[in-house]
Amino acid sequence: MKVTIDGQEIEVAPGTTILQAARMIGGESVPPAMCYYSKLDKTGGKCRCCLVEVAKGSDADPRPMPKLMASCVTGCMDGMEVNSKNSERVREARQSVTEFLLINHPLDCPICDQAGECDLQDLSFEHGKSKTRFIEEKRTFEPEDIGPNIQLHMNRCILCQRCVAVADQLTDNRVHGVLDRGDHANISTCISKAIDNEFSGNMIDVCPVGALTDKTFRFKSRVWFNKPFNAHRECTTPGCCGKTTVWMFGNEIQRVTGRKDQYHEVEGFICNTCRFDKKEVSDWVIEGPRKFDKDSVINQNNYTREMDTVHIATEEGILKGRAEDRKKISMTAIPLDQKEQEEFKNGNL
Amino acid sequence: MERTHHKQEINMTETLMNRINELISHYPEDKKKSALLPVLHEVQDAHDNWLSIELMDKVAEILEILPIEVYEVATFYTMFNLKPIGKYMFEFCQTSCCCLRGTEDLMDYTCEKLGVGIGETTPDGLFEVRGVECLGACGYAPMMQLGDFYKEHLTREKIDQLIADCRDNKIILHDK
Amino acid sequence: MSQKILLDKINVPGIKTYEVYRREGGYASVEKALKSMTPDDVVEEVKKSGLRGRGGAGFPAGMKWSFIDKKSGKPRHLVCNADESEPGTFKDRYLMEFIPHLLIEGMITSSFALGANRSYIYIRGEYMWVFKILERAIAEAKAAGWLGKNILGTGYDLELHVHCGAGAYICGEETALIESLEGKRGNPRIKPPFPAVSGLWANPTVVNNVETIAAVPWIVNNSGDDYAKIGIGRSTGTKLISASGNVKNPGVYEIELGLSVDEFMNSDEYLGGMSSNRPLKALVPGGSSVPILPADLIFKTANGEDRLMTYESLSDGGFATGSMLGSGGFIVYDDTACIVRNTWNFSRFYHHESCGQCTPCREGTGWLEKVLWRIENGQGREEDIDLLWSIQSKIEGNTICPLGDAASWPVAAAIRHFREEFEYHVRFPERIKNRDHFVNEPFEKVRHLIAKQTV
Repeated sequence: MKVTIDGQEIEVAPGTTILQAARMIGGESVPPAMCYYSKLDKTGGKCRCCLVEVAKGSDADPRPMPKLMASCVTGCMDGMEVNSKNSERVREARQSVTEFLLINHPLDCPICDQAGECDLQDLSFEHGKSKTRFIEEKRTFEPEDIGPNIQLHMNRCILCQRCVAVADQLTDNRVHGVLDRGDHANISTCISKAIDNEFSGNMIDVCPVGALTDKTFRFKSRVWFNKPFNAHRECTTPGCCGKTTVWMFGNEIQRVTGRKDQYHEVEGFICNTCRFDKKEVSDWVIEGPRKFDKDSVINQNNYTREMDTVHIATEEGILKGRAEDRKKISMTAIPLDQKEQEEFKNGNL
Repeated sequence: MERTHHKQEINMTETLMNRINELISHYPEDKKKSALLPVLHEVQDAHDNWLSIELMDKVAEILEILPIEVYEVATFYTMFNLKPIGKYMFEFCQTSCCCLRGTEDLMDYTCEKLGVGIGETTPDGLFEVRGVECLGACGYAPMMQLGDFYKEHLTREKIDQLIADCRDNKIILHDK
Repeated sequence: MSQKILLDKINVPGIKTYEVYRREGGYASVEKALKSMTPDDVVEEVKKSGLRGRGGAGFPAGMKWSFIDKKSGKPRHLVCNADESEPGTFKDRYLMEFIPHLLIEGMITSSFALGANRSYIYIRGEYMWVFKILERAIAEAKAAGWLGKNILGTGYDLELHVHCGAGAYICGEETALIESLEGKRGNPRIKPPFPAVSGLWANPTVVNNVETIAAVPWIVNNSGDDYAKIGIGRSTGTKLISASGNVKNPGVYEIELGLSVDEFMNSDEYLGGMSSNRPLKALVPGGSSVPILPADLIFKTANGEDRLMTYESLSDGGFATGSMLGSGGFIVYDDTACIVRNTWNFSRFYHHESCGQCTPCREGTGWLEKVLWRIENGQGREEDIDLLWSIQSKIEGNTICPLGDAASWPVAAAIRHFREEFEYHVRFPERIKNRDHFVNEPFEKVRHLIAKQTV
């Protein structure tokens, strides 16, 4: 079958989705995907980031599809013509979805362990705006403890449901799922039960944002201060591929993750023993440093170059925070003198 | 999300189990999960109109599914109550068509009369007032749901009467 | 008097019971279909009738039936959508409560046409007493030999059951309904595959509205051609209209499609005009999700033609000056109603009912509600009106299921036709403090306040 994406033609096998075809072509035409995960069944179609325009349905039925289609769940047809990056409509739709994903997101990247390897950051960088139109109160959730290894930050969740698919696919006794409805839908065990399955750690790897992070790595380091190395060990856990990336600071292994490809999907799933318990260099056969994208945040720490003065292209005074929040900040224990108070009000402290 | 859990006495009577088994028989043998919604309605009706974690676990056991599958469903649908509620729950339809006919004033009236706010239970545990979305009785507004039944064309006088009837134990909540 | 097809026997005393229903000629269509017709003959009659889905989308029922996958050899199912929850709509409940055997008869005849041996009626959980009525009616029908094995000795088997929902508007969407019937959360499925290929338990399934199925017995007893003679053009047959709001006689009416809106609204046979002496301000003709029409576009289209109760006439002019017949939820507003408040109310409804699966609907519906709530409560900003427009346009068309569109259209239509009212709310917050702000001072009296000032 022949399919054309942004003017580039490719032969694909029947059953290939538009997104898969685009990934075969590669480059800028590949739609962003926040919920689809090729290694997990029944994922995709939910986040709407990968919407594309089908300008021609197929050779047999050349009519264009009236609505934008989720490329991760739409199959290719022979002769299909798709516009991804080339379509203004698609760009607009992706901007819209990005805005929707961000309105209730806490935007707490400065204290988020995912920062630097976050798909939502990447999406925002590509399709987001630096100004917000959302002035309402953000939605928040009560925190829930789901065990000693995984930190759940529901406020950051985008409900891709990949973690539910991990539990369905890799374990036989799922204890967490999506509870409640609408914009209060949340990932939870409902009974604050520890998710202690041997493969539960993969939830962290598949999470596109900082909603599920590694408690053993919590606040240890920013990811870009770590040096990632590919490593492996003879793991005896059935189903564990034993191939990982270890994230090092000096000679210390601070974190172990699955080995991710250019779409941030793991090559194989690993067990919790490899992930959480093997933090000694002697546990691993180190293969060598990982390649990383030239434009990635991690790269920032790896080459010295002259830095320009940083200019934050955003609203005036965003560092001051919102006026209503500033009012709530009271620091009576540390009294400021008159001048300092004035400066504080102006947000310059 | 962290939830508060309440204790509930579970009593799976023979009548209830017979009814559950009848409902299960409505679906193919390997599709027991399909009976989940009707079964949850039945056990909720038989347990003071709410579902505790223990009760949901019991349902999971009967239907041979995972407890989380029951929690996921029970939290999705608004008719399942996950904490104890007032015996007589006045569920006023507050969607536009009913509002055109004065629902909001009537809700204020009821709340004032019972001395509660919307979503609150009276201290004696008898009454609760709620605003819910369209109940499909727009032409008979204002109206409310009380148990399995609708009370329509409501007026202040009818509300007074209903409250009195509830207090006198004259209201049937479920059609069994 | 126009012809009645669904409600002609509604006033017969005892029609709720099997005996009376049967005595009045009930179940004749089952006899006729099973004994003298092939399933394809029944499908053909329904195709000829031009009957369109009465749940809101108006898709031709016969065509939908013909899509069902018979080649795979998998069991097939017919599911009746009785999850009536569109604000303004309460017709199905009326049918099921007062003439339950009509739906059951329709289910048997339609299941036969589709070759389905296991069918369900999915009723919303709030209609619990109707659920019980249907359960009893099914038991009666089964006892009389209309259900079960080898019906009427023809070798056709059918099991029919009622299934109840538990409070979720989204389960009216056919794939969400199927999920719910499988005992899951009511999350709409991604299509394709369509239910006709992979529906209930991955079997080929047809989902039809109560009113659609209830029209089948008449079509089989008479003929598709006879049915097609009623109505105008592609709007054939009769339609149940649920009328509510500020009218004299709210309730359920069966009309022949093609009746003029004016006659339906004002004749004593139907709504009998407004409930008080306040003037008509706006109309939602097909349930909360269809665009609202301002007074000047209700009785006449933009071209000056009479507006008729048909799929085509109500949508004449597109969304710019028209609306839709939808599910027939006819909501009438007089000038005491506030369009901003009404739009906020609908937005709250969709926010509450969004399943939360896909991003634009989950996040956008809540945003719409919050902005509308601010405007209605005097905290609106001038830019909020354009913001609302932008948000709704970003939801529309980008979601998995039509709930996103349904949440967007009322907001878009309200701004399109009643922008001045939004501006009034933003500019005169002190005048809209009370929720009944237009009762004593209808908008017409204050419209001049927001008129452009020329010096």
